[in-house]
Amino acid sequence: MIRVAIPSPLFSYTGGQRQVEAESESLAALLNVLDARYPGMRHRIVDEQDRIRKHIRFFVNGEMVERLDRALGSDDEVMIVAALSGG
Amino acid sequence: MADPVTLLIGTRKGAFIYRGDAARKNWRLDGPYFLGNIVNHLVADPRDGRTLLMAAKTGHLGPTVFRSHDGGRNWTEARQPPVFRKVAGAEEGRSVESVFWLSPAHSTQPGVWYAGTSPPGLFRSPDGGATWEEIAGFNDGLYPQIKHAIVPGPDGAQVHSICVDPGDARHLYLGISIGGIFETVDGGESWRPLNKGVAADFLPDANVEYGHDPHALALHPRDPRRLYHQNHCGIYRLDRPAVEWKRIGLNMPKEIGDIGFPIVLHPRDPDCAWVFPMDGTEVWPRTSPHGRPAVFRTRDGGASWQRFDNGMPGQHAWWTVKRQAMCADQADPVGVYFGTTSGEIWASSNEAESWSRIAEHLPHIYSVTVA
Repeated sequence: MIRVAIPSPLFSYTGGQRQVEAESESLAALLNVLDARYPGMRHRIVDEQDRIRKHIRFFVNGEMVERLDRALGSDDEVMIVAALSGG
Repeated sequence: MADPVTLLIGTRKGAFIYRGDAARKNWRLDGPYFLGNIVNHLVADPRDGRTLLMAAKTGHLGPTVFRSHDGGRNWTEARQPPVFRKVAGAEEGRSVESVFWLSPAHSTQPGVWYAGTSPPGLFRSPDGGATWEEIAGFNDGLYPQIKHAIVPGPDGAQVHSICVDPGDARHLYLGISIGGIFETVDGGESWRPLNKGVAADFLPDANVEYGHDPHALALHPRDPRRLYHQNHCGIYRLDRPAVEWKRIGLNMPKEIGDIGFPIVLHPRDPDCAWVFPMDGTEVWPRTSPHGRPAVFRTRDGGASWQRFDNGMPGQHAWWTVKRQAMCADQADPVGVYFGTTSGEIWASSNEAESWSRIAEHLPHIYSVTVA
């Protein structure tokens, strides 16, 4: 199972879970799985043109990923990062 | 005795609800709701008296709409927030950066709402805000024709002031900052500019059809022939079916000028309106002129204006009031309210003659509406 680290701004979708697990063959498919499980989550981090939102980053096994078609394996670790500066 | 008044407050860091008594003397604060969310607009549905819609996003997360059907106790997120259609070659497709404005549709269309976005888009919800669909006549019809004239301000270019003619559900007006005022008479299928007579000092050609910067537009609920608007370049009035705006702001005191964000109409008297001027000189400080905040009122359709600052700070108050952050209630005499960029809420229960601060230390206020 892919382990997905959830940032705090998305806890309202996961019921406070910091880590969830899912099976998917790509980052795009993973986001669809998560959105089916946690409705509305995908739209908050990826826009309607499938662009990753400005202050969101995805890391797979510690490496930043900029494309949603990145393939995933069942042992991968995905981290969703919400990064923002300013007051 | 008047009904109790409820104020819905949207701020840069969440929403608040202020519940006043019938005398509008004592206020109770509820909230914050969605602490940390950027709340551009929080609006009640006058058709059912219980639904609230909130336009929200966070610094990290994309824009959405939250809905409450019990006056704010419980909230659910829209199943389908406003989004532009996905296009092939995704780099060129537009995405909604923020939902900026929410308006209930006509009284004969329960549950129907309109949303204006940044970048400029117009959306319609048929189901109380649960799902939103594009108004193609605007997003794919008007927008491509005028986009060359749309200039984003500091917070982007926005669709705002979606006004529904109480006599005709298919007749709408709206403003685009920067882009101009537009009108549809067929429910949004086709649009025409309505900017004649409006100054556009920042453009090389002052006689353009569109490209103006309306800050706020208001249609009188009792006399929908009467429109007012506060522009980047003055205060205007239009009496339909005429199509040329008259600059009534020229009747404001010269040392104050006629620049500001909001304009609010008396619920019964079409000749009465309130504005909150700001400093539009040189680099556009957008503060209260001379640090002395005041509301100005006309009772004669803009032929004359009277200053009201009784109760407000007499000096060194460098805040201002954004376009959604001023409103009026339905009482007699009318209560007028505004929220400031410094997190204060001010109220008048006598049509602006005197003012009291009913809240302070809130976040930067974006929106104040009456439920």
